[in-house]
Amino acid sequence: MKPPVFSYHDPRSLAEAVSLLGRLENAKVLAGGQSLMPMLNMRYVLPDHVVDLGRVEGLAYIRDDGEAVVVGAMTRQRDIEFSPLVKEKLPLLAEAILSTGHRQTRNRGTIGGSLCHLDPSAEQVTVAAALDATLTIEGPRGRRTMPFAEFPVAFMTPNIEPDELLVEIRLPAWPKGHGYGFVEFARRHGDFAIASAAALLQVDGSGKIARASLTLGGVDTAPLRMTEAEELMVGQVPDEGLFRAAGEICGRIEAMDDALVPASYRRKLAAVMSRRALVLAQGRVERP
Amino acid sequence: MSDIRTIRFTLNGTKVSKVVEAHETVVDVLTRKFDLSGTRESCRQGLCGCCTIYVDSNPVSSCLMLAWFLDGTDVRTIEGLADGDTLDPVQEAFIEAGAFQCGFCTSGFIMMVKHLLSENPDPSDEEIRHRLAGNLCRCSAYPEIMDAVKIAAAKARSVAKARP
Repeated sequence: MKPPVFSYHDPRSLAEAVSLLGRLENAKVLAGGQSLMPMLNMRYVLPDHVVDLGRVEGLAYIRDDGEAVVVGAMTRQRDIEFSPLVKEKLPLLAEAILSTGHRQTRNRGTIGGSLCHLDPSAEQVTVAAALDATLTIEGPRGRRTMPFAEFPVAFMTPNIEPDELLVEIRLPAWPKGHGYGFVEFARRHGDFAIASAAALLQVDGSGKIARASLTLGGVDTAPLRMTEAEELMVGQVPDEGLFRAAGEICGRIEAMDDALVPASYRRKLAAVMSRRALVLAQGRVERP
Repeated sequence: MSDIRTIRFTLNGTKVSKVVEAHETVVDVLTRKFDLSGTRESCRQGLCGCCTIYVDSNPVSSCLMLAWFLDGTDVRTIEGLADGDTLDPVQEAFIEAGAFQCGFCTSGFIMMVKHLLSENPDPSDEEIRHRLAGNLCRCSAYPEIMDAVKIAAAKARSVAKARP
């Protein structure tokens, strides 16, 4: 099918974009278009107005702010993929981005677009949850920041008003030498994952886990931080048995059920993916 | 109400302009308004790679771009690869390997392979598979496509070696 007829707006500044969103009825924001364009092509959405952020100045950057990497919402996935800073400070994101779509779509797709689209199986969404990202949102009432954990309110529904825009994502970096692992199960490489897992591990001088982050993607309406499994692992010496126990906790979640993938299958995948992500992360830990 | 604008861009080395509507996609404009049928519309979801073109040297799915995005860009399609009657080495390699049955996906694959080899003249099997993950061949000519990539890479390397 073809996209429906709509009016197109390409503001040049953030202020102009916010003002348009406040004024226009039934408008959709177009960032990189790699989710919105398929939805327009399939006519899942029928906006009267499309507001394209492609020509808004100053929304695409990757900056080091010491403890975190700060990424502009319109930063293309390709630029994340090839960023030496991301590779060095956010190796989990560097790994996960390779499973995001394909080279063709990463050349257009943006991190801000993916987070606002908020598909629960999207890699950048899972990584934002795993890293405890902070979002900066701009609207007619000014700027506000929000922990990523408060961003999803329902299935593919972000906590953002129709006249607001996500402008920046702050991704805290873990200390040098931490272990990381992102694994997913999709029917084809590049497809949205049926289940994914992101793991981060920090090990102290005595060989025990000092800090752990474990997130499941694709299994529920929003990414799931597995705090119970994280608490189980902290203070323990990492080994196969511990990761198996953490995986078993992941296998007891209330997973989504749909026509193609039953919840029981998602639960099994959650257990296996989380264990694999933890094993991968452990193998990459550099002991202090 | 539809918006209408004139876009100006470079298409396969030639400066062009065209009046297009806001909701028209790049693949539709290329096939219908420029009569360039080599760029194929298939899934319209960015899954199949049949509509791959280069915009400012980057491969993109032209079904997921509005035609207006092309304003001021440099666009290359499969029709822009050959030099007159001389095919691009990647095109020759696909013929040599018989890397297609119906041929519908072929232009997208060739665009992607050419881009891969421009960045990595000697890719491993894994690198080839990773780069071509966004291109589908429903006839499943994948083994022959892998052969074609290797033939094309060897051709490109021997041309590079022959240069003084």
